[in-house]
Amino acid sequence: MDKVVRMSSDKGVVIFSKSSCCLSYAVQVLFQDLGVHPTVHEIDKDPECREIEKALMRLGCSTPVPAIFVGGKLIGSTNEVMSLHLSGSLVPLVKPFQANLC
Amino acid sequence: MNSTSTHFVPPRRVGIYEPVHQFGMWGESFKSNISNGNMNTPNHIIIPNNQKLDNNLSEDTSHGTAGTPHMFDQEASTSRHPDKIQRRLAQNREAARKSRLRKKAYVQQLETSRLKLIQLEQELDRARQQGFYVGSGIDTNSLGFSETMNPGIAAFEMEYGHWVEEQNRQICELRTVLHGHINDIELRLLVENAMKHYFELFRMKSSAAKADVFFVMSGMWRTSAERFFLWIGGFRPSDLLKVLLPHFDILTDQQLLDVCNLKQSCQQAEDALTQGMEKLQHTLADCVAAGQLGEGSYIPQVNSAMERLEALVSFVNQADHLRHETLQQMYRILTTRQAARGLLALGEYFQRLRALSSSWATRHREPT
Repeated sequence: MDKVVRMSSDKGVVIFSKSSCCLSYAVQVLFQDLGVHPTVHEIDKDPECREIEKALMRLGCSTPVPAIFVGGKLIGSTNEVMSLHLSGSLVPLVKPFQANLC
Repeated sequence: MNSTSTHFVPPRRVGIYEPVHQFGMWGESFKSNISNGNMNTPNHIIIPNNQKLDNNLSEDTSHGTAGTPHMFDQEASTSRHPDKIQRRLAQNREAARKSRLRKKAYVQQLETSRLKLIQLEQELDRARQQGFYVGSGIDTNSLGFSETMNPGIAAFEMEYGHWVEEQNRQICELRTVLHGHINDIELRLLVENAMKHYFELFRMKSSAAKADVFFVMSGMWRTSAERFFLWIGGFRPSDLLKVLLPHFDILTDQQLLDVCNLKQSCQQAEDALTQGMEKLQHTLADCVAAGQLGEGSYIPQVNSAMERLEALVSFVNQADHLRHETLQQMYRILTTRQAARGLLALGEYFQRLRALSSSWATRHREPT
């Protein structure tokens, strides 16, 4: 759990993913479209993959990947990101972390 | 007819439809044996043993087939070669008998096929009434139209049929009330029901995707024109906006801004999912293409390939979630009356696509 907290408190957008997960890739593409460069942790390449998964689930994620954190705070999974974006709330959330502030 | 044991048979078609009148040949005693007017069964005539030629044709004597009326040459040869004539007559009888049997078998086949055809037509009618797409020349096995082996899919197809019926009813109702007068509260109820109806479809699709994701992705449960626009198992959310927007007369500045933002975010989300799907295709293709040459259908990492296919279910769910959210946001941005018009426009759009599919299918069947 500590590791997860540490990894997720990176500044900006952090995505917990797996190298095989294409939905995580879709989320990455979306953030990139918004001018954000998310930090992606592919947990299947981490030796403590199982523990990380469990920790993410305990934090409230329905599926361990993709799990998206913005500014250290858990946003949720793909569903939550999509809902936020369509309601117009995602952009203000990531604005401080956009690569080009224009 | 003065020749001895021969007689002249008036020319007739080979012996199927007409009763046999071969009195002269076998003499008076056989008249009573001839069954006249019996078209369907071979006429039974018992041929007496004193006709030596017929003894050789034991088949004939035992069943007693009728002789074949046929063109008989009354040339001089007939009187000179009675045996030849007898032989010929017997052969003709035999040929006629076989012909009748063949015909009987063929007619029976036709009857069976006809019954089967009627059955199939009835099934097609039933399916069409329920709004399923059934094209011409359909091969039910390869297209998986009646997936009777998969109860989840069979249930979905039935539910979808009802869904379309209810959809049509709701569209009708919206059309009526928008032409007349209806207070906002009642209109809001109608709009909310219409929204719930779409959400119900997404729920149904989620269950169906668990049962058979390829079925949902193929869009076979939809009509052909709808399938043309298919994106991850349904309509594109951005298309939805394109259909709705022209119908809104006056939008406030705030509404215009909101709609603009929704269009953009919807497109971005759609693009992200599309790229995710493409990556899925690439990784699956790599997975299937991997391995040594000459290993036939063996997939070295078949489990990994299966996992990729599992991911399709998530994509279908995400796509439906996007559709859900798009509808939800439109409802939030618009007034009740505007939302009602939008839902009517959307419903009628799909009705027209379905009608187009029917026209297209019928067009194919017309003789060119």
